[in-house]
Amino acid sequence: MMLDAILDTVAGICLIAGALLCLAAGIALIRFPDVLSRMHAAAKPQVLGLLLVLLGCALRLRTGVDITTLVLVGLFQLATAPVAAHMVGRTAYPHDDIRRDLLITDELSDHIDRIRADRAGEPQETSPVHTS
Amino acid sequence: MTVIAVIVTALLVAAGGLTLVRIIRGPSILDRAVATDVLLAVAVAAIATEAAYSRDATALPVLVVLALVGFVGSVSVARFASRRSSK
Repeated sequence: MMLDAILDTVAGICLIAGALLCLAAGIALIRFPDVLSRMHAAAKPQVLGLLLVLLGCALRLRTGVDITTLVLVGLFQLATAPVAAHMVGRTAYPHDDIRRDLLITDELSDHIDRIRADRAGEPQETSPVHTS
Repeated sequence: MTVIAVIVTALLVAAGGLTLVRIIRGPSILDRAVATDVLLAVAVAAIATEAAYSRDATALPVLVVLALVGFVGSVSVARFASRRSSK
């Protein structure tokens, strides 16, 4: 009985904390200025909030099969959120609607400039046998 | 537990409403894709809260499906947007 009450209380705290992080992600989606910073809100507090809600659900259900399913959902979320954020960020990058003045560092532009320079220099070096 | 369920529901509804505002207003398709991802995660959190409230594990397989479908949707929208912008 005592253990049940403690586990339910911890589950409730986890649920409320997770919902607060979901709300933080929603507020950040409204307030942040461009796609890249909104993506940060979608990738980090959202995933942590969801994991907390799943933890609360697992503490409340307390069955082996259910906990396995919830762990699976959490693992999927952890595995897929970085990939989705990477794809969205790479797609958003070359557009003009991201705020470059807010970027602290921009390693991708150096990379792209180097690739452009390489491609521009290529035809003079290997003109006869050009395989592309 | 009922009080906790009410609080969590209110918080999740507020989060979903703010996300919907971003989906409607979002200037680019990528904003909408990101916001849709968040909305789906809020839906997953809501279903998990319902399962925790009623101690009923019927809806748990839905969570697995939603987690995977959200990923596929977000990635395919990003691919679509990048192909359209590179033309």
